[in-house]
Amino acid sequence: MAHVNEDRLLDARGLLCPMPVVKAAKEIKGLAPGQVLKVIATDRGAIADFPAWAEATGNALLEWREEEGSLAFWFRKGEEE
Amino acid sequence: MLDEPRVQATPLDEESVRRIVREEIERAMKRDPAARKACIIASKGTLDWAYPPFILSAAAAAAGMDASVFFTFYGLSLITKDYARRAKVSPTGNPAMPMPVPVADVFAGMPGMKAVATSMMRAMFRRKNVASIGELIDAARDAGVRLVACQMTMDVFGYRPSDFIEGVEFGGAAAFLNEARRAHVTLFI
Repeated sequence: MAHVNEDRLLDARGLLCPMPVVKAAKEIKGLAPGQVLKVIATDRGAIADFPAWAEATGNALLEWREEEGSLAFWFRKGEEE
Repeated sequence: MLDEPRVQATPLDEESVRRIVREEIERAMKRDPAARKACIIASKGTLDWAYPPFILSAAAAAAGMDASVFFTFYGLSLITKDYARRAKVSPTGNPAMPMPVPVADVFAGMPGMKAVATSMMRAMFRRKNVASIGELIDAARDAGVRLVACQMTMDVFGYRPSDFIEGVEFGGAAAFLNEARRAHVTLFI
């Protein structure tokens, strides 16, 4: 997948469940639909939790990968309900 | 008689009927408000059991769900003002609790063991950087989780409304059930 430019970056490294998801939910509120939030985390549980969170909220998980010893996730904000 | 153009209806084969039904059910399930609602009961008051209701309700709210926690019996202490400071975990009758050295059941109930187990659990959680109970309560409230105290248990245990943290609501079994029957996620912790 081509590189995605994020509109906002959330550093959730060092945080454990449920805080990465809680912080991401808070952070993405400040974005407009279509904008991209990048989250970096170290909690391995995020690999399962972020796709589930994205599905539940309608924010699209564009891509995730390991990046410099952390996990990086890119979400495109969905339409507000 | 009106002279309407005749529409030639194409008879649907079984496969198409099944596909349409499947799509309609999927669409209806997406609209189901119960899929966006979580009702949790917190009935235990020790430090180890304080985590699940706040972790799950905060995660539910973060996923856009309407989440509430009903605190009853010993669970009521979780939302008292000084809980984060007073919370204890008991090694008694809890053989699954990891201890640095094996402790025979008969010693688990000795004076001081509760304090040892409690400080051990706090240190373990802090070392792993798990959010503290205070932080989890803040996260849950911040995300819009409703905290409801069981009025009957309050009366039995002698709690006053002023004993609880800010924003706590009060209710009973009927109030909980009336919400829970509209939620697909209902948990008793």
